[in-house]
Amino acid sequence: MAEVLVYVDHVDGAVRKPTLELLTLARRIGEPVAVALGNGAADTAATLAEHGAVKVLTHEAAEYADYLVVPKVDALQAAHEAVSPAAVLFSSSAEGKEIAARLALRIGSGIITDAVDLEAGDEGPVATQSVFAASYTTKSRVSKGTPVITVKPNSAAVEPAPAAGTVEALSVTFSDQATGTKVTGRTPRESTGRPELTEAAIVVSGGRGVNGAENFAIIEALADSLGAAVGASRAAVDAGWYPHTNQVGQTGKSVSPQLYIASGISGAIQHRAGMQTSKTIVAINKDAEAPIFDLVDYGIVGDLFDVVPQLTEEIKSRKG
Amino acid sequence: MSLRIVVTVKYVPDATGDRHFADDLTIDRDDVDGLLSELDEYAVEQALQISENSDDDVEITVLTVGPEDAKDALRKALSMGADKAIHVEDDDLHGTDAIGTSLVLAKAVEKAGYDLVISGMASTDGTMGVVPALLAERLGVPQVTLLSEVSVADGTVKGRRDGDAASEQLEASLPAVVSVTDQSGEARYPSFKGIMAAKKKPVQSWDLSDLGIDEDEVGLENAYTAVESAAERPARTAGTIVKDEGEGGKQLAEFLASQKFI
Ligand SMILES: Cc1cc2nc3c(=O)[nH]c(=O)nc-3n(C[C@H](O)[C@H](O)[C@H](O)COP(=O)(O)OP(=O)(O)OC[C@H]3O[C@@H](n4cnc5c(N)ncnc54)[C@H](O)[C@@H]3O)c2cc1C
Ligand SMILES: Nc1ncnc2c1ncn2[C@@H]1O[C@H](COP(=O)(O)O)[C@@H](O)[C@H]1O
Repeated sequence: MAEVLVYVDHVDGAVRKPTLELLTLARRIGEPVAVALGNGAADTAATLAEHGAVKVLTHEAAEYADYLVVPKVDALQAAHEAVSPAAVLFSSSAEGKEIAARLALRIGSGIITDAVDLEAGDEGPVATQSVFAASYTTKSRVSKGTPVITVKPNSAAVEPAPAAGTVEALSVTFSDQATGTKVTGRTPRESTGRPELTEAAIVVSGGRGVNGAENFAIIEALADSLGAAVGASRAAVDAGWYPHTNQVGQTGKSVSPQLYIASGISGAIQHRAGMQTSKTIVAINKDAEAPIFDLVDYGIVGDLFDVVPQLTEEIKSRKG
Repeated sequence: MSLRIVVTVKYVPDATGDRHFADDLTIDRDDVDGLLSELDEYAVEQALQISENSDDDVEITVLTVGPEDAKDALRKALSMGADKAIHVEDDDLHGTDAIGTSLVLAKAVEKAGYDLVISGMASTDGTMGVVPALLAERLGVPQVTLLSEVSVADGTVKGRRDGDAASEQLEASLPAVVSVTDQSGEARYPSFKGIMAAKKKPVQSWDLSDLGIDEDEVGLENAYTAVESAAERPARTAGTIVKDEGEGGKQLAEFLASQKFI
């Protein structure tokens, strides 16, 4: 059976959920072979094996942390040469897309980004994409070379599928370009204790209607009652009420949770681009004409300062 | 010293318009008005700021690969303050994908001469966000991308990249390819003076033969990816919309419970 390379997104050996989703998709096309790089690479193997990786190629070197993107491209190119895979899969993070693109160019292949589904096809994997702010669904495939595909988080379920997960050292020679862009400082993002925005099953977002940084406490309280991540519109971020890392939309994160709750958000096209594929959409807005209501499964026309706290209380009392 | 900056700008269909696919499954450009991609305005803005903060002699060239109308995008960038423009236009370019576009941009940037290329974070139509990385790979120069802060001094470009897990400080020697995000600083509006001045600024037109690119390296037929189908997403079935009469929060909780979220 053909092998499929899966690039592992991990932090010091802790595998991020989108990578496990990739393993689910990879199994539809062939046998997943994972590639884990940098500090803690070998520690990823047990989790990857549980989710279907037949092999885990690892390589640790300081270059992966000290220089931007290119060392990882060199490693993926080495893995591509070693394995001759049927496809190479990445999760659609900013870095994942950049590594994928440069790899594709080097190996003479086409690249598809931001797939929301992947199936085996007669002429190679077929990727489903959601385009024009999710107003169209397309099916595409790579027509030259080894398909290189990046997949959005929450596009597939994480499924246990025990496999060997044999760890093998990958041999990598860094290119001249590898040390071109130096990382001279790194400030890790502080954890809020809430789920990762792109990975969360429920996202609770606030917009301009929240009207102040301190009022985001209302949004956070609702999120916490549901175990949800907190999102924000660009208007709320630009106003300085909430960090940019929480922005949902075209120039923020693209989310696809089971449930998206928008409060005080009008639903501009650039915001919709980042949340329109959510399964269930709920909005609270005092303007009955707000475009967000075109998307909702359930909408409340009302003041968020009345509705949201009442909702939070009701959830808490129902959960006991 | 002089510093040659090339800003890559894309002419895109207006995102607030009703965008469609043409019969050949490329973006239909007839339906919707085009404009300079808003995300590339940030790239032009950063080029202008680098120029304003520099003691060097800075020359800013804006470059687009696109149809006849793409000149509008160049005009806008010139009226913001760029010095000159290059328009790569050729019928054989129709349907070119990211891999092909990066080839054309790389050849054009090399022909123009550059110390620094500045791109937007993503085009607002394709939204791939891969062309700057591809351009750096093709040019064999450092990639310093997705910066929310950028500065250039003494032949070095520095910037801040806010990633998922961390915020990183980056540094590379010129020549380099940079891309900037919409967090890098609001783009200026063209002034009346700027708009008048732009009319006199030079716009060069190049085709594929000027760049030594073969017609079988670009275009829809030679793309590395193929769109097999495009379907309009079915409109979401109209949801329930309730006016809050004092019980809105409770009604919403009831809905969430019925959907098993609580
Ligand atoms: C290139 C580009 C990229 C962009 N990227 C993004 C992006 O990634 N994400 C994004 O979100 N936007 C993005 N935008 C901006 C987008 O166009 C909108 O400006 C933005 O989404 C508006 O945010 P908002 O809905 O919070 O604010 P508004 O549009 O001002 O809407 C606020 C809403 O709150 C309601 N409201 C006010 N008070 C209350 C109350 N007390 N109770 C209930 N409802 C209330 C109002 O009725 C209104 O509908 C982008 C724009 C451009 C040009
Ligand atoms: N046809 C084009 N002409 C000029 N610049 C482009 C073109 N396509 C992409 N770019 C540049 O590459 C960036 C990223 O585009 P993309 O990878 O298509 O999302 C854009 O913001 C532009 O700066």
